[in-house]
Amino acid sequence: MKLTLLYFASLADRAGCAAETLDSVARTPRELYAEVAQARGFGFAVEHLRVAVNGAFVSWDAPLAAGDEIVFLPPVSGG
Amino acid sequence: MPMKRFQLSEEPIDVGAERPALDHAAAGAYASFEGWVRDHNDGRAVQRLDYQAYAALASTEGEAILDEALVRFRVREARCVHRVGRLAIGDLAVWVGVSADHRGDAFEACRWIIDEVKRRVPIWKNEHYVDGESGWLHPDNRPAEGV
Repeated sequence: MKLTLLYFASLADRAGCAAETLDSVARTPRELYAEVAQARGFGFAVEHLRVAVNGAFVSWDAPLAAGDEIVFLPPVSGG
Repeated sequence: MPMKRFQLSEEPIDVGAERPALDHAAAGAYASFEGWVRDHNDGRAVQRLDYQAYAALASTEGEAILDEALVRFRVREARCVHRVGRLAIGDLAVWVGVSADHRGDAFEACRWIIDEVKRRVPIWKNEHYVDGESGWLHPDNRPAEGV
């Protein structure tokens, strides 16, 4: 199904873009990350990230739906 | 329209303009925190910073933190403004203001708010060093407990 990913900080640098839309068979954020991490060469392990879907934090095993917007969030450094 | 206690700002933070929101006749104390851009980090000389936010989630999470502060602490009002964009040494990066009947609660809530903002809100800092290098900070390799 079609999913949109937004990237920030070093993930955006590594991906070479701030956003992408892709067709994926991933059913959860965990599966999706495994897929894109390999394709994009992301170095972060899942344990070091949080994930948000449609603007809210979700668990790694929450079900994804077509049209979802997913963001993998590396450790934050505001303030 | 619901009140926004947490804001991202692309412009310099005007503390004088933000502070009146904390006014309350019952409050005997105002405590604030200002986070400034300093010229060093981890032994390296810093030239400037960029802050980037996932705005939609930063706004809701920042708002949740301030709402939580009003429940956790005996305070009358609380606000936070966080810069995004390019900042120079000495610039104001984040401001937290709290008013309370008593100073102990104001100090405690202020401290808690900035600690939570730093721990949870999806904002990232890109440090530019005097030697020409730069890098996004992803400290602590353990994410906050989010979900």
